Amino acid sequence: MPELPGTRHPMTGNEMSPDAVGGMEHHDFDVLVIGAGGSGLRAAIAAQEAGARVAVVCKSLLGKAHTVMAEGGIAASLGNLWPEDNWQVHFRDTMRGGKMLNHWRMAQLHAQEVPERVLELEDWGALFDRTSEGLISQRDFGGHRYARLAHVGDRTGLEMIRTLQQRAVALGIEVFMECTVTELLLDRTGETPRISGAFGYWRETGRFMQLEAPSVILATGGIGRAFKVTTNSWEYTGDGHALALRAGASLVNMEFVQFHPTGMVWPPSVKGLLVTESVRGDGGVLRNSEGKRFMFDYITDYFKDETADSEDEADRWYDDKINNRRPPELLPRDEVARAINSEVKAGRGSEHGGVFLDIATRRTPEFIMRRLPSMYHQFKELADVDITKQSMEIGPTCHYVMGGIEVDPDTEMSKVAGLYSVGECSGGMHGSNRLGGNSLGDLLVFGKRAGDAAAAHADAMATDRPKVDPADVSSAKQVALAPFEPTGEHTENPYTIQADLQQVMNDLVGIIRTADELERSLVEIEKLKQRAQHLLVTGNRQYNPGWHLALDLRNMLLVSESVAKAALTRQESRGGHTRDDFPLPDDVWAQKNLIVGLDATGNGIELTEKPLPEMPDELKKLVE
Amino acid sequence: MTVTYDLKMRVWRGDQSGGELGDYTVEVSEGEVVLDAIHRLQATQVGDLAVRWNCKAGKCGSCSAEVNGRPRLMCMTRLSDFGSDATITVTPMRTFPVIRDLVTDVSFNYEKAKEVPAFAPPPRDPDGKRRMMQTDVERGQEFRKCIECFLCQDVCHVLRDHEDNKTNYAGPRFFLRYAELDMHPLDTHDRRELAQEMAGIGMCNITKCCTEVCPEGIHITDNAIIPMKERVADRKYDPLVWLGNKIGIRNRDYDGRTESHRVE
Repeated sequence: MPELPGTRHPMTGNEMSPDAVGGMEHHDFDVLVIGAGGSGLRAAIAAQEAGARVAVVCKSLLGKAHTVMAEGGIAASLGNLWPEDNWQVHFRDTMRGGKMLNHWRMAQLHAQEVPERVLELEDWGALFDRTSEGLISQRDFGGHRYARLAHVGDRTGLEMIRTLQQRAVALGIEVFMECTVTELLLDRTGETPRISGAFGYWRETGRFMQLEAPSVILATGGIGRAFKVTTNSWEYTGDGHALALRAGASLVNMEFVQFHPTGMVWPPSVKGLLVTESVRGDGGVLRNSEGKRFMFDYITDYFKDETADSEDEADRWYDDKINNRRPPELLPRDEVARAINSEVKAGRGSEHGGVFLDIATRRTPEFIMRRLPSMYHQFKELADVDITKQSMEIGPTCHYVMGGIEVDPDTEMSKVAGLYSVGECSGGMHGSNRLGGNSLGDLLVFGKRAGDAAAAHADAMATDRPKVDPADVSSAKQVALAPFEPTGEHTENPYTIQADLQQVMNDLVGIIRTADELERSLVEIEKLKQRAQHLLVTGNRQYNPGWHLALDLRNMLLVSESVAKAALTRQESRGGHTRDDFPLPDDVWAQKNLIVGLDATGNGIELTEKPLPEMPDELKKLVE
Repeated sequence: MTVTYDLKMRVWRGDQSGGELGDYTVEVSEGEVVLDAIHRLQATQVGDLAVRWNCKAGKCGSCSAEVNGRPRLMCMTRLSDFGSDATITVTPMRTFPVIRDLVTDVSFNYEKAKEVPAFAPPPRDPDGKRRMMQTDVERGQEFRKCIECFLCQDVCHVLRDHEDNKTNYAGPRFFLRYAELDMHPLDTHDRRELAQEMAGIGMCNITKCCTEVCPEGIHITDNAIIPMKERVADRKYDPLVWLGNKIGIRNRDYDGRTESHRVE
């Protein structure tokens, strides 16, 4: 190896603080970002550009976060193909897609600011697909009135994360790779608690670290790992959600979990793997075992006026959006996922319990290879299916949590001073259902806002920096080391508890819910929490995935309980929350959010109801 | 019904101080990939088996390892490629120092990434947008498919067999990056000197091993390295280019670009 500058870890080469002797490392920053996906990187870039000293901590290597899995694109009303498009239409689509539960201010800021955030990516080297005039091309997606998604084939997320990664490197932002934060630290000496930093460990060595910062931005992504059939990787254990709860912040909309309509269903190894919505945006249709385009049977009243009611009209729409309505395959994701579920239940599913997604009979092989190269590759390599010749077998898969940390829409600050949240782990922007293409834009718009606000907050704290309480650090150490100490005769394997939790969430808190099943899920989660007291891991602290999982499990259990309790309480069906026993939306529930907070014991959660924020009249006109 | 069978595996276990191949038998089923087998091993037999992974769909480039000696992504290597009675041996990437089990220290790549000067565009068009034609961005788009699995780096014998080359040789992943920026329709830097002096592109003797292992099927050698070598050579030696410059016929790719130099 070449001689590396500074003090480096002897094995990993990671930069260490000069006083990193003994069991604990100390670092000091203005803004600490937890998570290095799109939102974390965008926030870090903004904070660094604002003059703050910034560090990013992430559980994986830089550039591996789940943003790379986003395929379709970034919804932004650039108007490159349809000059009729503007932020007002995008705002309307977003609010209606979320069944009006979105925080209007977030939806407004997102729609207004996302075009500039996309153009900025181009300034930093992103190479989007082009229109014939050389502008950024835009593609059709579910719930969007116009072709709106800036994209690169079907690997837009990779392009976005690489662009942000390269920008962060160019700015010299410090990145702590393969580090996990297990606790947030608070200064409780003033009238109200303030964030003072975070406690975590290097995954490679197990060495603990204390990261001091007056501003902490949570950008940890989702909770999908709590479900068995999911598009999410091992990282998505609700860390940010749980860290925020334990620090005294609140969560909103936790009952709303998005099941993406199209995940792979066969072979078992890839069950749940994402099949991009672009397949439908680019002309793909859904068929049942009888070959019927069944989505025409599932157009709800809410979307009747904007959805085509014949195959002819639907097919004409791709080229003429002014005189035709959108195909029902491009209804918002919650609608499509429920329809697929119903078809399978009615016995019209495919051999492996899904339905068919057909683009082979609709588009030429050349078109498919150009627009959907990674889907072609994915099916060819993993399922022996040639999507230019055959239909894909697909079914719903847990994809995204609309719920997250409750924040101020303009600054992304939570209830706790100095604690910010962006991206999937924050809540409010998407209401009860997120439109495809609105996630990547969310990361960029609110990432920038949070980075700016966090840098300003750190600056304001410069003369009165919040302090870390050593007692908190030593208790965090104890909690982290507990899985190495056997507690009596009975011990539990973290992998087994995770698998059991995933089964419970899948079976009892899944796409269609009932009071009875949700009550049972809460009993089961409670049992799992008890069992998790007896976790025991093998091996030592050096790169030990069993230990890492044992620590992540605590977060998964807390967020699973939040989802199940909120789902039991909301007695209606709306967006990503479908109750078999309350199949319709309810006007009273339409007016309120469920807020999750930590309960008095500190081990469970409690719910409160909160009225929706009042939308200004000029915006109301846009959505009517 | 899913067909299951017992798979024999040999998995390298150890750390910086040494290690050995462990023998395991793990139940697997039809359609599974090597990473599934590793995960099952982890969940049922060796809870602390260290392995990197994320997307499990060939999109993030985390689970790189050597399967029966070949650099592969474990999530894209199907067990059916081997036959049910074959023993599958999984070892960490050899070019990088091992941290533990299948996890290696790939920080070399992140250090090299810092040496490439960032993209530097001119101002936007008056309407605030930028214009590039699809055919012009496609060259760079191929290279930007790179998922940074570092398998090309692992297999490149300039790095694999000569530790001391790591100082002055960045490897195929970064030749892609230089080529991408060099072919970017809007970039204003001329990085040819850097590609030669700092990234050491001249040391590559185009054996195409990197292209063969690329899980994204990027034509690293033909589309990035060879054109980049030609461009570097043009700048330095080519009398025809010199003559072309004198009489006004020349490659216009470098119009408006400023040459970047090595900063120590």
